[in-house]
Amino acid sequence: MGKDLTSALRPAIVMTILFAVLLGLAYPLAMTGIAQALFPWRANGSLVRDADGRVLGSAVVGQAFVADRYFRTRPSAAGKGYDALASSGSNLAPTARALADRTAADVARWRGEGVRGALPADLVTASGSGLDPDLSPAAALAQVPRVARVRGIDARRVRALVQQQVEAPLLGERHVDVLALNRALDALPR
Amino acid sequence: MTLQGWFLILSFVAVLLALTKPVGWWLFALYEGRRTPLHAVLGPVERGFYRLAGIDPAAEQGWRRYALHMLAFNVALLLLTYAVLRLQGVLPGNPQGLAGVPPHLAFNTAISFTTNTNWQSYAGEATMSHLSQMLALTIHNFLSAATGIALAFALFRGFARREAPKDSRGGIGNYWADVTRITLYLLLPACLVYTLFLVAAGVPQTLSGAVDLVTLEGARQSLPLGPVASQEAIKMLGTNGGGFFNANSAHPFENPGALTNFVQMLSIFAIGAGLTWTFGRAVGDTRQGRAILAAMMILFLSGVAVTYWQEAAGNPLLHRLGVEGGNMEGKEVRFGIAASALFSVVTTAASCGAVNAMLDSFTPLGGLVPLFNMQLGEVVVGGVGAGIYGFLLFAILAVFVAGLMVGRTPEYVGKKIEAREVKLAVLAIAVLPLAILGLTALSSVLPQGLAGPLNAGPHGFSEILYAFTSAAANNGSAFAGLSAATPWYDGLLGVAMWLGRFFVIVPMLAIAGSLAAKTYTPQGAGSFPTTGALFVGLLVGIILILGGLTFLPSLALGPVADHLAMIRGQLS
Repeated sequence: MGKDLTSALRPAIVMTILFAVLLGLAYPLAMTGIAQALFPWRANGSLVRDADGRVLGSAVVGQAFVADRYFRTRPSAAGKGYDALASSGSNLAPTARALADRTAADVARWRGEGVRGALPADLVTASGSGLDPDLSPAAALAQVPRVARVRGIDARRVRALVQQQVEAPLLGERHVDVLALNRALDALPR
Repeated sequence: MTLQGWFLILSFVAVLLALTKPVGWWLFALYEGRRTPLHAVLGPVERGFYRLAGIDPAAEQGWRRYALHMLAFNVALLLLTYAVLRLQGVLPGNPQGLAGVPPHLAFNTAISFTTNTNWQSYAGEATMSHLSQMLALTIHNFLSAATGIALAFALFRGFARREAPKDSRGGIGNYWADVTRITLYLLLPACLVYTLFLVAAGVPQTLSGAVDLVTLEGARQSLPLGPVASQEAIKMLGTNGGGFFNANSAHPFENPGALTNFVQMLSIFAIGAGLTWTFGRAVGDTRQGRAILAAMMILFLSGVAVTYWQEAAGNPLLHRLGVEGGNMEGKEVRFGIAASALFSVVTTAASCGAVNAMLDSFTPLGGLVPLFNMQLGEVVVGGVGAGIYGFLLFAILAVFVAGLMVGRTPEYVGKKIEAREVKLAVLAIAVLPLAILGLTALSSVLPQGLAGPLNAGPHGFSEILYAFTSAAANNGSAFAGLSAATPWYDGLLGVAMWLGRFFVIVPMLAIAGSLAAKTYTPQGAGSFPTTGALFVGLLVGIILILGGLTFLPSLALGPVADHLAMIRGQLS
């Protein structure tokens, strides 16, 4: 056994070094080079810019919208909300008192803003990442009357805008990207 | 539940089954050491590695030598990772200026990635430098996966060896040749393509640090970037599961949409399912592989049905407040209920542990399925390599039980199963309940353990049980409310991961060695057929009874009690 162990040491150490160079350095660095050459916008975070070139966010990652004039994003457990340096869900159990209390408070707020009927679940639940970029179509439509009122635009035009923005991928759920929707809203002529 | 949801689930199964044979065929070429088209490019790399390390790839190793070399390599890799993590503060590739990882966390993480568990007591974006992600973690994602597949090959050879020549009697292959070929001719080329697919779909791949920006509404946001895609690819394909970011595959940068989600789920299962075909081909009867896959799919689809049903039914406590629809707490809108439920069952049936939704917030019974999948030993497709060798341990017990019933010496694919193999199989299977239940019990009574759970009541117990189950089964997913970055949990979970990996592997290799030394006996009229529905049913039964029964009392204390509280409307 002693001789066997010695015979195992050289390959173990040499292979560790060789594979570390190949898989830990060469592979990710080569992929970075190729990705930067082929898909530079995607490889650098799919950043969305305004007309002046100022970065507004990522087309992929969600950001906080809390103001009345915008469609609001979902509750978020990432830091103080949509903190991309602290992605996280709430991890609250379905039976947790904290979840029931938070939901009751959120429901009361939506009711106060005039939302009637059953509330879409995503409107009052925190996402897994805390950075969910999307809303379900129902959760966006529920906000149409408020947004239209605050902006002084006809609600029918806002509703049509939401419907325009709905994406329906083959293997996925229908959803609306909130940053894209709110940018389109800002671009809507009065 | 919706029609569209079931369409997704059935599409997933259909594509998976279509992939099984091509993947299995490629794996079989590597198992045999055949030349592939990729040898033209990577052959010189392979030979160079052997020359520098002084390896003769043709030298057969007996099981003891195979195990010893495998352990030596894993310990060397473990030490490298520990060193890089501790020193990351002074190493390059650290644009965020992160400090060195504290000792207990570096210990836990090094074991976690070496054992293919990828349990993460840390939040990636706030803890790991780019260099650590690449050099300390990505490398394990390849090599722990390659090791798993190599070990499965070793066991296949035990079954497949017909009349071994005298000098290499009991030989089960060469560990170095297996690991190097699997890495160079399967994992690495697949990841090159996969990485580019992910980048094209929106996963970042850069060495830059975070982008600071002002949002449309005027708030500040800091978006961390990094070499995400190259790690994401092998994280899924190697059933590792360790995310670049804390939120893992729920994070939009790791998993931006429905298509990436679908491909991620497939890539978790692809190699594990392919290995069932490889096994059948290796023992000269592909029906043997098909019977195994059938048993796996029965268990898998049962799990999916329960979790999807429960998550779609939603949380009655929220419905009472005027909320409608399924349980969306912890889930992303772009995946919805069906793709989140399916992902959670895939990732725990295999030993992946990546998550696209937070399992801690699943309904009690929806979360019971992932927990139970792991407690069965992750033999439902399972981790790359680890799934099939774990499954074959159950197959050995199944033919043993069948043999007891009819009073004949049991045999499986032409090899007699005798007392030695059965004892070793039981030893390997007993590790899991001992580690899980023992350490959970300890943590449920001592103050260091009780400080961990976020949620109160039965769900808090579920969090502890889930952590040790995930660690011992080398899964790595979590009921993430548990605060595990403490010396207590880092230490004990590290022990559980080590036990769950290597204390299963060593008896398994001993079985491989013992089988390899046996002469092949062709199937006779009195042999129990191991390809038909009867054997599939027996296998499912043995897995549920032996694997599952041990854990029922603990499940009653956790998820079942939690479920009863939920339907009674009791908060805790």
